[in-house]
Amino acid sequence: MHIPDGFINAGTSLGAGVISAGGVAVAVKKTSEYMEDKQVPLAGLTAAFVFAVQMLNFPVAAGTSGHLLGGALAAILVGPWAGALCVAVVLIVQAFFADGGVTALGLNILDVSLVPALGGYAVFAGLRRVLPDSKASVTFAAGIAAGVSVVLSSIAFWSQFALGGNVDIALGSVLAAMVGVHTLIGIGEGLITAATVALVLGVRPDLVYGARDLALPLEVRPQMRTAGETS
Amino acid sequence: MRNIATTRLFVIAGLLMSFALALLVSPYANPNPDGLNRVAEDKGFAGSETDHTFGDGPLADYAVRGVDDDFVSKGLSGVIGVLATFALGLALFASLRPRRGDRTTTKEND
Repeated sequence: MHIPDGFINAGTSLGAGVISAGGVAVAVKKTSEYMEDKQVPLAGLTAAFVFAVQMLNFPVAAGTSGHLLGGALAAILVGPWAGALCVAVVLIVQAFFADGGVTALGLNILDVSLVPALGGYAVFAGLRRVLPDSKASVTFAAGIAAGVSVVLSSIAFWSQFALGGNVDIALGSVLAAMVGVHTLIGIGEGLITAATVALVLGVRPDLVYGARDLALPLEVRPQMRTAGETS
Repeated sequence: MRNIATTRLFVIAGLLMSFALALLVSPYANPNPDGLNRVAEDKGFAGSETDHTFGDGPLADYAVRGVDDDFVSKGLSGVIGVLATFALGLALFASLRPRRGDRTTTKEND
């Protein structure tokens, strides 16, 4: 799901670049409102982990593969805005691997970072509201949200293709094909995301942003540290 | 501070896992085109792809230039990518910590 240069025309790519830049600016501002010292290495780790797992293409149909996008996963682990930034960092590094075009970076930040992270987290939060408060619910909601986030991503690409695709093709058939194959990839995304969230919940549930309400007993110690207070 | 120590361990373990996936597992990843590239081929817009700016770069297509063994080359490129992503992520998120006048930066205590 990395758009190379040339699929989408310059005007649409530029427009997506402007929207992405705005989205990243909002993400920077929102993240800076809650980022604590302790979370810095965790956010870095989340980005690094997403880079690694994005390399692991799995087969989804004859002659077709898919790989984790990781936006929903990152959003659930470190929060939607920081999660979007994690994946944006991954996309910037990947450009040096010739994965995802340079002029397409704005398109890719929209499709692979902002839409899956924010959309996926919205689905996750909605599911958590109707499910009981438990680790099992968090894991389940994470898997479903991640699967849906891939389909949202494929629709985001299609919108860009509809606006500025460089080849004139019946749009309906492109949408059907994109949503079809990305529903299959979404199953893989959901399984990987649920497994990862379950792993972190098992080791350090207090580190999962989307489950911090479950870890309240661990947060009873003073939140406001005054200057001079040490361990 | 037991908790911070465990967080550090958690991050180290997570990084080791990421390195292992990139180095040892990624060479075995499925080589078929991904969803988007498959649709592009099937629907007939794959040909509109243009050459990548870094298509001849030292890390292009997840291979390290000069390393002939395909598996080693891909694995190494993955390790470089994981390191670069972690470093860039750390730099970005460290710069986003709110700066408050009343707060003497508590570096991870040693």
